[in-house]
Amino acid sequence: MTLLAVERIKLFTTRSPWWCTLIALVLTIGFGALMAGTSEENIAPLTIAATQFGYTFGLVVVMVMAALAITTEYRFSTIRATFLAVPNRPTALIAKATVVAVLAAIVGEIAAFGSWGIARLMKPNVDLAINTAYEWRAVAGVGLVYGISAVVAVAVGVLLRHSAGAIAVLLIWNQLVEPLVQLIPKVGDDIHKWLPFNVANKLITGNPDPSTRDVLQGPPPSDAVLGPWPALAAFAGFAVVLFGIALVVANRRDA
Amino acid sequence: MIEATGLTKHYGRTVAVDNLSFTVGEGRVTGFLGPNGAGKSTTMRMILGLDSPTSGDVRIDGQHYRDLHQPLRTVGALLDAKWVHPNRSARAHLRWLAAATKLPRSRIDQVLDLVGLGAVANKNAGGFSLGMSQRLGIAAALLGDPRVLLFDEPVNGLDPEGILWIRKFMHQLADEGRTVFVSSHLLSEMAQTAQDLVVIGRGKLIYQGTVDEFIANATESTVLVRSPTLEKLGEHLLAAGAGISDDGDALRVSGMDSAAIGELAATRQIVLHELSPQVGSLEQAFIHLTGDTVEYRTEEPALGTTEEGPTA
Repeated sequence: MTLLAVERIKLFTTRSPWWCTLIALVLTIGFGALMAGTSEENIAPLTIAATQFGYTFGLVVVMVMAALAITTEYRFSTIRATFLAVPNRPTALIAKATVVAVLAAIVGEIAAFGSWGIARLMKPNVDLAINTAYEWRAVAGVGLVYGISAVVAVAVGVLLRHSAGAIAVLLIWNQLVEPLVQLIPKVGDDIHKWLPFNVANKLITGNPDPSTRDVLQGPPPSDAVLGPWPALAAFAGFAVVLFGIALVVANRRDA
Repeated sequence: MIEATGLTKHYGRTVAVDNLSFTVGEGRVTGFLGPNGAGKSTTMRMILGLDSPTSGDVRIDGQHYRDLHQPLRTVGALLDAKWVHPNRSARAHLRWLAAATKLPRSRIDQVLDLVGLGAVANKNAGGFSLGMSQRLGIAAALLGDPRVLLFDEPVNGLDPEGILWIRKFMHQLADEGRTVFVSSHLLSEMAQTAQDLVVIGRGKLIYQGTVDEFIANATESTVLVRSPTLEKLGEHLLAAGAGISDDGDALRVSGMDSAAIGELAATRQIVLHELSPQVGSLEQAFIHLTGDTVEYRTEEPALGTTEEGPTA
């Protein structure tokens, strides 16, 4: 608990997490409003999935926030001050990842319910009640994916130690590599089904109810083979393994 | 007490610290002296568990740093005053350190007042001058009221007032019975700050002992003698076993103090015009001892042989 308090103080006594939180919320909720505002009953009806269209943009910002939380420590050598105060490096880094993941999850939930809420306000006549398991996953699942993605970002930050490098790797991987892998002939689609962010996306977009979702509305559904919850477990497992590697490396490396 | 035994650190093929053994005692200021690049900072990082030694061992009061429970209560260190987030206030910087060590918040204000930063505690550390950053670093080191204190080049870049303040402060800390280990590449600074010395060059131990002994051993004292019958005096001095060197119209005598030279002159009825002991400077002593171990040596410029000489 002590270490969680330490990391909480560190995170909230600098400005970047506040800015990243604000940008993530404005982006996602803004896209929710955009989807609601441009929807038309017959051509592009507003659905719960459609209100979550902006979640990947918020995800990118949240990962930048998480990566910065650790890489700025390396940049300003406060990581050394941290390891002097807490020589058990794995516990110090686990505390950091936990605090960052919790913040990311909260941002995700506010972003998701905010996007859904603003759509309801703008289109009170459209039925946007959250009834089915799919609808709950599509909204509440965003926070879970953000939280786990934050752990991935912290792990990459620990391994690379440079803000620019870590952010570049995360963005290129999330925004370019995963979508573009599908273009590889023959094997591309099979690889894509198992890439971590696509797997995570399965929780939010996977197994839609035929009655509530037209495939063309909202974020494109994930083609991951796992079911939505096993997919989330797989994504969490991936994050844990990557973070475990980062802990081993940080523990062995000269600080 | 800090105890290093056979401490060695390799970075690739470079040997930064080479089989270094020394002890730093309690209640004294121990200077850690060596030219730039001698391995002082690396040694300090190994003491603090930031870098792992390639071989050898270093313990603080019998324990490895990384095994200490709430180490800031035992060891305070200032390795680099810039180890702060520039957009975090001085108070917030100390707040998370205090939280990690379960110290009461009142302790933060105590140390801030102690180093004279109370008035700027809520300002961002990025805007601090070097002197203020050093004070903040010292405040952080003192936070847990530790028995052992390590400072790496604490007076670097400070104005005279700041240097004086740090010097006094270290004596005060040592007088309170703490172990104070402070590195510097300036012997004159160490001579005024430290009682004991650990001197290294190229990662190897050169000397360990008191400052006075170091200066006495390292500076070869000579006596300058002037006399109308210099040649005759020289012969007698040589016969008495002293070493002499010609210094223009005077003789530089080594291996014999001024009293002995005066008595010798009196018994031989030689008139002396000058008899003055010459004490070598600290810098000479330092260079004398570490001369072979400086990593980045400058070549003596060969004046007058360059092709781009004055053409006018």
